[in-house]
Amino acid sequence: MAIVETRAVTKVFKAGTLGAVNDVDLVTEEGEFLVFLGPSGSGKTTLLRMIAGLEVPTSGEILIGGDVVNDLSPRERRIAMVFQSYALYPHLTVYKNIAFPLRAQGVPKDQHKKKVEWAAGLLSIGHLLERKPRELSGGERQRVAVARAIVREPSVFLLDEPLSNLDAKLRASARAELEQFHRRVGTTTIYVTHDQVEAMAMGDRVVVLHKGVVRQIGTPKQVYDDPADTFVATFLGSPPMNLLENGEVIVGFRPEHLVPAALAPSAPIKLTMKIHNVEYLGSEWIIYGRAEAGPTPDKIIISRLPNADLSIGGTHEFAVAEPHLRFFDKTSEKRTTARALSWP
Amino acid sequence: MAVKRRPRSTGSSGLGLGVAMFLPAVLYVLLLVAVPFGMAFFYAFSDARIGSGGEHFVGFENFSSVLENPTFRKALGNSFIFTISSQILVLIGSTALALALKDKFRGRGFVRFVILLPWVAPISLGAIGWKWILDSIYSVINWVLIALHIVKPFDKPMWLGQPVLAMISVIVVHTWRLMPFSTVILLAGLTAVPRDIPEAAAVDGAGFWRTLFEITLPMLRPILNVAMLFGIIFTFTDMIVVYVLTAGGPYDSTQVLPSLAFFTGIQGSDLAAGAAISLFLVPLLVVVAVLMLRMAHRAEVT
Amino acid sequence: MARRRGRDRARLARVGRWFVILSCMTFLGFPFYWMLITIFKQNADLYETENNPFIFNAAPTLENLRQLFYDTGFVRWLGNTALVGVLVVAITLILALPAAYSLARLTGRWGERLGILLFLTYLVPPTLLFIPLSRVVAILGFQDSIWSLVIVYPSFTIPFSIWLLMGFFKSIPRELEDAAMVDGLTRFGAFIKLVVPMSTSGILTVVIFTFTLVTQEFVYALTFISPESHQMLGVGVPTFLILGDVYFWGSLMGGCLIASVPIALVYNLFLDRFIAGFTVGAVK
Repeated sequence: MAIVETRAVTKVFKAGTLGAVNDVDLVTEEGEFLVFLGPSGSGKTTLLRMIAGLEVPTSGEILIGGDVVNDLSPRERRIAMVFQSYALYPHLTVYKNIAFPLRAQGVPKDQHKKKVEWAAGLLSIGHLLERKPRELSGGERQRVAVARAIVREPSVFLLDEPLSNLDAKLRASARAELEQFHRRVGTTTIYVTHDQVEAMAMGDRVVVLHKGVVRQIGTPKQVYDDPADTFVATFLGSPPMNLLENGEVIVGFRPEHLVPAALAPSAPIKLTMKIHNVEYLGSEWIIYGRAEAGPTPDKIIISRLPNADLSIGGTHEFAVAEPHLRFFDKTSEKRTTARALSWP
Repeated sequence: MAVKRRPRSTGSSGLGLGVAMFLPAVLYVLLLVAVPFGMAFFYAFSDARIGSGGEHFVGFENFSSVLENPTFRKALGNSFIFTISSQILVLIGSTALALALKDKFRGRGFVRFVILLPWVAPISLGAIGWKWILDSIYSVINWVLIALHIVKPFDKPMWLGQPVLAMISVIVVHTWRLMPFSTVILLAGLTAVPRDIPEAAAVDGAGFWRTLFEITLPMLRPILNVAMLFGIIFTFTDMIVVYVLTAGGPYDSTQVLPSLAFFTGIQGSDLAAGAAISLFLVPLLVVVAVLMLRMAHRAEVT
Repeated sequence: MARRRGRDRARLARVGRWFVILSCMTFLGFPFYWMLITIFKQNADLYETENNPFIFNAAPTLENLRQLFYDTGFVRWLGNTALVGVLVVAITLILALPAAYSLARLTGRWGERLGILLFLTYLVPPTLLFIPLSRVVAILGFQDSIWSLVIVYPSFTIPFSIWLLMGFFKSIPRELEDAAMVDGLTRFGAFIKLVVPMSTSGILTVVIFTFTLVTQEFVYALTFISPESHQMLGVGVPTFLILGDVYFWGSLMGGCLIASVPIALVYNLFLDRFIAGFTVGAVK
């Protein structure tokens, strides 16, 4: 178990251009499941690889368990990593794949069997030990990759989008298995993903990255309810938060907080909307409309409701409660204090 | 607008067209390969000579007289010695070189150009170049050895004049010629290894040598096999290096099967004996062909 | 401490890498460098054992090259080789293009088998077939003529080209030809008007490699052709630039270098395609 810390870590690939990772400071907590979340190109994988020792930071320090590890090779850092493609050794059986780290670290041979079977048992793949990777399904390969990582009992677990190669249905069950796995084993874990649902569901805390810069670090609740800037506000939550310009500020509110006026609690901000499109998803409706009067008449505003039978073209009154409004500064896009709005 | 016609070259007529399209090439090749191949057997069992009239069936006479000939036995042994030695050297050298060239660096194109020269240049011309370098009087290697006081001026090694040295020279030239081919094929195989496999090995704790021998090279095995099989064929059936470098000398100590077949059959006008000698190439070719087919089949199945 | 270890390891790796590259480059490239120097050396300098062979002890000269071009059959051999090359390339393309297409598209599983069989014929060496073929050539009256080579060379350039082209055709999506046929072309018409124009780089590769196969060939040229004026480059240079026991090394090296370098330059441009042919074909 160890704490991972980065101090002002920066990675520039091509001199003169913006770095892939810029000045990142973060500290994990012991045993936590920390998620690096961001779109592709946000630097999350580069950051992970620097922690693993596969990339060298241009500047800044990386610490594991209190020691600066910048010059240590991956093997010396006592970390384990699961790659997006799983990187299973194709010519070795599952057993030999899992045993390979033990061989490489010089663990005495008589201990191999016990440890491999322990790791395989944790992942329920004991029956696959004699197969080769090409004979396994995607989900099975993923579990082998995790088993290979855990067998060394590392102090830090690094996972690089391990679920993105699985099809949607499998992804949900694999996600649940990983969560359960982490609860059982309790190793400090850093998990990289672009999927905000995964981040919210799995993470103890989420690090939101964009263009190599950390936008916010917080619990899922914090990044969802109290986004630090417009990027975090729109990246988390699907459909994304509605953002409307209003003078010096941008006002935001989530689709689930935009309800028909009749249902709104007291002190609501009202909006008359003309319905542009309606989508029925079974469990809810997504409503797309344009505000008749008000700040930005051309912008599409989204609402989501458990049930609504509104027809396209109709005009209805919607409302948002004031506590649900979030304000962002127009130029810096960062969160700012509440203001009065210019429309009722 | 006229109604568009259904494509009519599907099914059986497609097959007919297919046969018509490949038949000329297949016939051409078979004619020029299978027929002479059969003729080689015919000559080997006859007493044909260049210039003489008839050819009579003589059974295994040619084979037995050939096998009794000590020069033949030397040539047979040499064929294996040269092939195996040069292949081992090529394997080690080209693996090291391919690993060194794997990552891009400035000037890699130029390096690649230089490295390819032995393979691209006509074999005979490369061999002549080496003959000049190894010349008994003017060898630049000897000049350097003498200048470094490793060898005395009157004690110069006769690279092409002493049997053991001549054999070494032939092996060196074969290695020199094949290394580019092997390197380039290995490079292609190396680039096909996904980047994260060696990274996973590094994270798992494997150092440079363990990753190389337990992960990278085993993954390259199919490609290594291809390079080696072709290398074996090219070396075992080659007469050019020996012909140009030593003409089989000194005293037939560097003869190989193909060169001996040439000297016996064409220069010596004994077609039958020459054919018999060259037929001893066949068993090895069959083995290699079987191995290649097995590899292709295995690739198809997986 | 750990800081230094990491850096040392990287430096050692880099040194090792450059050592391998430089020593291999020296081993593989030295003969050609040596050819280059020898060409421009005066004979007096060349044949003086006391002289340092790495420097020009006498002024460099073009005499060897002059001799090569004016006093030997070198230019004639160049012409012969070029002529044979062009003709063989033509024959090969005409026969191999349809065959490769047919085996790639029209004949299914056993077409693939036939393709492999054809490739195996490439492994039957000239040193096995040259004795019978020499008789065939003599009987047909082509002895001592370059036409013997024009006829025989396609026997190994065709299988090789079919192999290369098959891989190439397979990478063209079937849907394109289907679309052409729906539009009214016959299968053969689709081949000529659609597939062939699309395959220009593959065809170019075949042209280059067939040409290099022709220039490198030795055994058949040596066996079928005796007179100097009809000989090819690969055989002419090592054979006729030697009179008895006397080697004209300066001109010899000139012949070697001039014959090798242009081919090498062109070869380099098409290398990747060549590799794909060998590895994709044999290993998939």
